Amino acid sequence: MDVIRKQTLERLAIMTREGILRSVYGAKAGHPGGSLSAADVLTYLYFDQMKIDPLNPRWKDRDRFVLSKGHTAPALYSVLALRGYFPQRDLPTLRHIDSYLQGHPNMNTVPGVDMSTGSLGQGLSTGAGMALGLKLQGKDENVYVMVGDGEIEEGQIWEAVLFAHQFQLDHLCVIVDVNGLQLDGPTETIMDTYPIADKFRSFGWNVKVIDGHDFSSIEEGFDDFEAHRHSRKPTVLLARTIKGKGISYMENRVEWHGKAPNEEQFNQGMAELALARERLEAMHA
Amino acid sequence: MTNEKEQVRIATRQSYGEALKELGSQVDNLVVLDADLANATKTCLFRDAFPERHIDCGIAEANMMDVAAGLSTTGLVPFASTFAMFAAGRAFEQIRNTIGYPHLNVKIGATHGGLSVGEDGASHQCLEDIALMRTIPQMTIFCPVDDPEARAMVKAAYALDGPVYMRFSRQATPIVHGDDYQFESGHGEILRKGKDIAIVSTGILSAEALAACDLLAEHGIEATLIHMGTIKPLDEELLVDTARDVKGFVTVEEHNIIGGLGDAVCDTLSEHHPLLIKRLGVRDVFGHSGPGKALLHECGLDAQGIAWSIEKWMDLHPDIFQLTAGGFKTTGN
Repeated sequence: MDVIRKQTLERLAIMTREGILRSVYGAKAGHPGGSLSAADVLTYLYFDQMKIDPLNPRWKDRDRFVLSKGHTAPALYSVLALRGYFPQRDLPTLRHIDSYLQGHPNMNTVPGVDMSTGSLGQGLSTGAGMALGLKLQGKDENVYVMVGDGEIEEGQIWEAVLFAHQFQLDHLCVIVDVNGLQLDGPTETIMDTYPIADKFRSFGWNVKVIDGHDFSSIEEGFDDFEAHRHSRKPTVLLARTIKGKGISYMENRVEWHGKAPNEEQFNQGMAELALARERLEAMHA
Repeated sequence: MTNEKEQVRIATRQSYGEALKELGSQVDNLVVLDADLANATKTCLFRDAFPERHIDCGIAEANMMDVAAGLSTTGLVPFASTFAMFAAGRAFEQIRNTIGYPHLNVKIGATHGGLSVGEDGASHQCLEDIALMRTIPQMTIFCPVDDPEARAMVKAAYALDGPVYMRFSRQATPIVHGDDYQFESGHGEILRKGKDIAIVSTGILSAEALAACDLLAEHGIEATLIHMGTIKPLDEELLVDTARDVKGFVTVEEHNIIGGLGDAVCDTLSEHHPLLIKRLGVRDVFGHSGPGKALLHECGLDAQGIAWSIEKWMDLHPDIFQLTAGGFKTTGN
């Protein structure tokens, strides 16, 4: 990957993380852990991969994105705001009684949200429906869906995995955010979903494992999806990630699944992100 | 209504399949989903005419409802079809969160509603779907009495912007409406006028209620019969207006008396015009196997049972309904 492009994406990802932190701090609630693990892939999708127009969120010919792991709405809102769908200054109103930024994504109140989600296990089916709808109408747009590695414990995910294979939805790309933790603890000890790659392969999908925090690897993943665009196989990218990535005290800590930082923690987190930005700029100066 | 018409019996699920096929030839954006029940829900009629627009999702109703939600966002109008038990029951939360909450333009064709499913038994006799669907904000609920209405409802559902739940029946039932019938969404339909009591019914039991009115008339009881084809939004105005002219209300439905049409009527009238209401339906029990007709008879939901229950109920309330030697007379004028 081109160095300048990579640096730009890395800088944008830091800004996405700043937005996540400001959102959950403003809300005094929310889900920072899984938002931070998803931040890099979402940044790549909205700044590099998807055919979209922030000035025309309901553009008919756009690519679609469904955040099936809807509780990580802070990540989606942050990247949408950064991309220009709505003002970044609104992010701290997340979950407030008079805010359009609902606790879980609402397609009717938040510009750029393509599907209301929040109840786990349902977003992949809606993405498959979008992909089929576009295909039936001879359209060429892609549909991206992000699910959590805990979320794939839901049986409906596998109904949708069967469905996408049956209808040869090769313009559907699923990203599993494999951060290894769910609300109650490590995914392996709560309900072991591994080996995820073998499961998807046996369901007839194209599978690619990527490092969800390395933009070169993320790019390879989406390139692989595009290479399989006419293979009649849907693609799944298994993104290895770290829950809480970028905020030292949150990384790999299950207790940061669903709570907000206090003032001291917020300031520390913002300072860490500022430092990361400085380092990045110094590295490429 | 002619004698010839009375003899024709058509299941409203058959009407559903035929109406889809007819509508499919008129509009391009109609797609039909099924969950491996196309031959039972009768969406096979659409499938055979438009195979490329028929999506069999296999035995996976939860996925089907959300696929329909996704399809609707691309400009298509999906009709998701399965038995009422597996639509409203199994996939309730998908309908609530991913169709109802975003108010997506998905139509749910739920066949095999109620006790008249018959031989399949309690597991397949959905007696809860009206209650479940009523609780979803801005969900429209249709429940036709016969073939002409069922067909008209499919077209009305397509024309409406937003989610619609349609409840159809398995067993073939008589035709109540004439050829000139026009369905009006959101409006109850007065099938008969009488001064003593008012009966409000829905689905195929409106035909039984109509026959019950004849039996009641033989005993001097004149009943108004309102067929409520649209259960939500409920025609509150018609209910309240009717309540001003009668002494008591009776509701009739092929559903648990908890949460169905009866409760909806009670909700409205207790707020706006309280009066005595008798709810006829399945009295909080599960069904069992048997011919649909026999099961309805067992629960007192055929014409004889409805008429008998109404007379007994009036008898229990002499203060409101006055018995004379020749039959019942309402007090006052």
